[in-house]
Amino acid sequence: MAGSTPASATTEGGLWGDAGQRLRSNRLVVAASIAIALLVVTALFGPWLSPWRLDQVDWSLNPLATAPSLSNAHWFGTDGNGRDLFVRVWQGTRVSLLVALLATAVSVVIGVAWGATAGYLGGRTDGWMMRFVDVLYALPYMFFVIILTVVFGRSLWLIFLAIGAVGWLTMARIVRGQALALRRREFVTAAVTLGLPAHRIISRHIVPNVLGTVIVYATLTVPQVILFESFLSFLGLGVQEPLTSLGRLVAEGALEMETAPWQLLVPAAVLATLLLALNFLGDGLRDALDPRQR
Amino acid sequence: MEPRPLFEIRDLVVEFSTARAIVRAVHGVSLEVARGECLAVVGESGSGKSQLFLGSLGLLAAGGVARGSVLFDGREVLGGDGAARREVLGTRLSFVFQDPMNTLTPHLAVGRQLAEVVLDRGLMGPDAARARSIQVLRSVRMPEPESRLRHYPHELSGGQRQRVAIAMALMTDPELLVADEPTTALDVTVQAQVIEVLREARDRGLALVLITHDLGVVAGIADRVAVMYAGRVVECAPVRELFAATAHPYTAALLATVPRLDAPPDRRLKGVEGQPPSPGADVPGCAFAPRCPRVVPRCWEERPALQSLGGRSVACHAPLPASAESGRSGGEEP
Amino acid sequence: MSVPMLQIRGLRVRFPVRGARLAATRRWLTAVDAVDLEVADGQAVGIVGESGCGKSTLARAILGLEAPADGSIEWRGTRVHRNDGAALRSLRREVQVVFQDPVGSLDPRMTVGESVTEALEALAGRQAGDAGAARVGATLEEVGLDPSLVKRYPHELSGGQCQRVAIARAIVARPKLLICDEAVSALDVSVQAQIVNLLDELRARHGMALLFISHNLAVVRHLCEEILVMYLGRVVERAPRESIFAAPRHPYTRALLAAVPVPDPVVAAARPRDPLRAASDSGLPSPMGCAFAPRCGAADDMCRSSIPPLEEVRAREFAACHHWRALAPSASPDSRRRAT
Repeated sequence: MAGSTPASATTEGGLWGDAGQRLRSNRLVVAASIAIALLVVTALFGPWLSPWRLDQVDWSLNPLATAPSLSNAHWFGTDGNGRDLFVRVWQGTRVSLLVALLATAVSVVIGVAWGATAGYLGGRTDGWMMRFVDVLYALPYMFFVIILTVVFGRSLWLIFLAIGAVGWLTMARIVRGQALALRRREFVTAAVTLGLPAHRIISRHIVPNVLGTVIVYATLTVPQVILFESFLSFLGLGVQEPLTSLGRLVAEGALEMETAPWQLLVPAAVLATLLLALNFLGDGLRDALDPRQR
Repeated sequence: MEPRPLFEIRDLVVEFSTARAIVRAVHGVSLEVARGECLAVVGESGSGKSQLFLGSLGLLAAGGVARGSVLFDGREVLGGDGAARREVLGTRLSFVFQDPMNTLTPHLAVGRQLAEVVLDRGLMGPDAARARSIQVLRSVRMPEPESRLRHYPHELSGGQRQRVAIAMALMTDPELLVADEPTTALDVTVQAQVIEVLREARDRGLALVLITHDLGVVAGIADRVAVMYAGRVVECAPVRELFAATAHPYTAALLATVPRLDAPPDRRLKGVEGQPPSPGADVPGCAFAPRCPRVVPRCWEERPALQSLGGRSVACHAPLPASAESGRSGGEEP
Repeated sequence: MSVPMLQIRGLRVRFPVRGARLAATRRWLTAVDAVDLEVADGQAVGIVGESGCGKSTLARAILGLEAPADGSIEWRGTRVHRNDGAALRSLRREVQVVFQDPVGSLDPRMTVGESVTEALEALAGRQAGDAGAARVGATLEEVGLDPSLVKRYPHELSGGQCQRVAIARAIVARPKLLICDEAVSALDVSVQAQIVNLLDELRARHGMALLFISHNLAVVRHLCEEILVMYLGRVVERAPRESIFAAPRHPYTRALLAAVPVPDPVVAAARPRDPLRAASDSGLPSPMGCAFAPRCGAADDMCRSSIPPLEEVRAREFAACHHWRALAPSASPDSRRRAT
């Protein structure tokens, strides 16, 4: 082994601490993280600041849809039914985030398990497992969701289940590719010679070494899920009243674009900020978690 | 009056800025290579031997900085605007990197990669380039060179890839070839082949810098040897003198680690106990003091300077006494 | 004579060659061809050969990582089949391995301590937390590492240190046989010496047998009492250490000896300057004849038309060459010398 550029020792927190430090030094990531944190905090606690409730109609307004103003405590204005938009926007943010996180979690868990197992076992097992994935991929996703919605009604849980059930496919493919490459590495051979059973090798050696990629991809999946949920809401298939999501708000706001532009602009701005920040965070994570630092 | 050296490094310093600190890999090294001479630069991993040459040619990785003066045929190539360096590097001075699988582009055929070296610079036309490629492959002992041109790197063995990498470096008929660990990770038989190829090139007039950690490989090809430790040259001498009358204890220790077929087999292989200091760790005294069998109190306080004496130089407060015997016993402890 | 611990007879390992032509019959690459090998308790055996000679495949077959097409592997008198989980597990408890790439053989996401502990738990059964940690620390010290390195990751260590960790992992459960597959080839020469000495010490201290695989005869010489030379899957010479270096019989062994670098410029300058042609440069050997024929300076028609058997030259010395009698036995490695 020839000398290479000097390697720096890992910090106290080990590999993750090292990555954390690299993240902190990336200003774009720091800004994105702050933005996301602010949005989350506001989404959680913002509605308490307002005197209005989620589905409370302000009958004192004429017309019911009014522009944002400070005087009547409708800081984001109201929607077509006279409900306060400030509260609804943050409520919608909560829902969107919840759906996105849960759906992503589902797809990560299923996708990693599936992909790591297929990639590690290889051969015919891998072939069948990935063919199954290919078949699911080929299914017309929209019809699938619509049918589910029609059959089971529009519940929140169903939404994230449907999204998660499809999201895991890409995750599985990515993880399987990583696992295939890892399988050939000598430390995996070493684990085999220790007599470790396959499931131990997968959980202790394969999965930790794909986590970097998984985290990055998961962070980039969250915005995709939010967008998809928004799309569903746009089609009227999303969450039910009185609950709302950013997508629904955007959909409803779009209809009133010309007469009441704030109904579109406010939720759209929040949505866009959230997506942008998540994408930057994902990029930063990819750089920070790259094991090939040296 | 001796002719001007072909390649000269003067007081080169190489530093890397990492997240934590500035790490100095090379501390003010000076070396020269005469025309047609083979200089071997020997040291363990981390001694700075590779960084020395990468730095002198502007090939450092990101975050690396080289300061000092580097002259090729009298012209400054390190400082200035880099025009001189761009003119020289790749034409009159070639570099062969350590791992041939990384040097060769996997998706291009060998012939294409060889020809690109001269075509990109507009040095000759496609037909002449092809003829030159065949000629150069022949000179590195590649059988059936014409058919090899169509092969891809993954179709070649490790030794063949290394020879193709050397061939690429020889395409422009350079005057100096710097080879960084060309035999590491190769079988002994393939090593012998590669060294033979380099030796034949040297015999044709090429000056050679061989960077390696293996003193055994050096004995067969080098004219002069410079030994590096912790970013500094500790000994530099013509090859026979280095082996027969080793002056620096580190060189002697390194020599003793090479397994020899003529030494009794049950005698323990001599290792150099301990580890070389990590790059950048700088101490006031001699860097080798913690591991040196001949250490004296002065070694801990004062760093020995490189002193020249009759064509060779040593940096040591307690060098080994000059021995008139041959190199066989050069590694023994007094 | 006690039963040797490891006994391999007629081992053959083949890999299918993926040809471009679908219609062609299945072609096989025989990586290991009719190899016999014995390792006694506490003995150090060396296997020497170039890349592609099958030595690594042999090691993998012993460890159960490759399925033999033919022949048998016996551990302590019991036949070991790759499919027999219990037998394989008990073999693995007593046979461990150190690989060539020091950094690559360690999981980059596990600390030194975690890697060695994993081996201890897998091979020696569940260990109580403290006792296990103490054992890990003691083993690290045994291989010359500071126990405080337990928290480090492989990329923070040098090549030599990583290889010591790999050795610690391999010996923590006190195996009876340690297979070293080119364990020092990727290290600096100075570090090689340290590791070779370490292996020797460990062998003496624990009465461990050693199967040392390398392409460099000079390194093997310091460790191993008996040496096998392999070429393209076959054993071409087998002899005790003293004989193989004093009087190599097979032309390939001589060529290997000639290729060992000599750290003496006077001797190096006097050597004949025509190294053995590279295997990749020589033509493919005829399947009917000696595999070394295309590169051998002394090959004739007989060599090309019949495979030389491994014959006993003297007591415990074997060579597979038609002309071993004609070639004068000498320590001077010259593959082309013929006795007049």
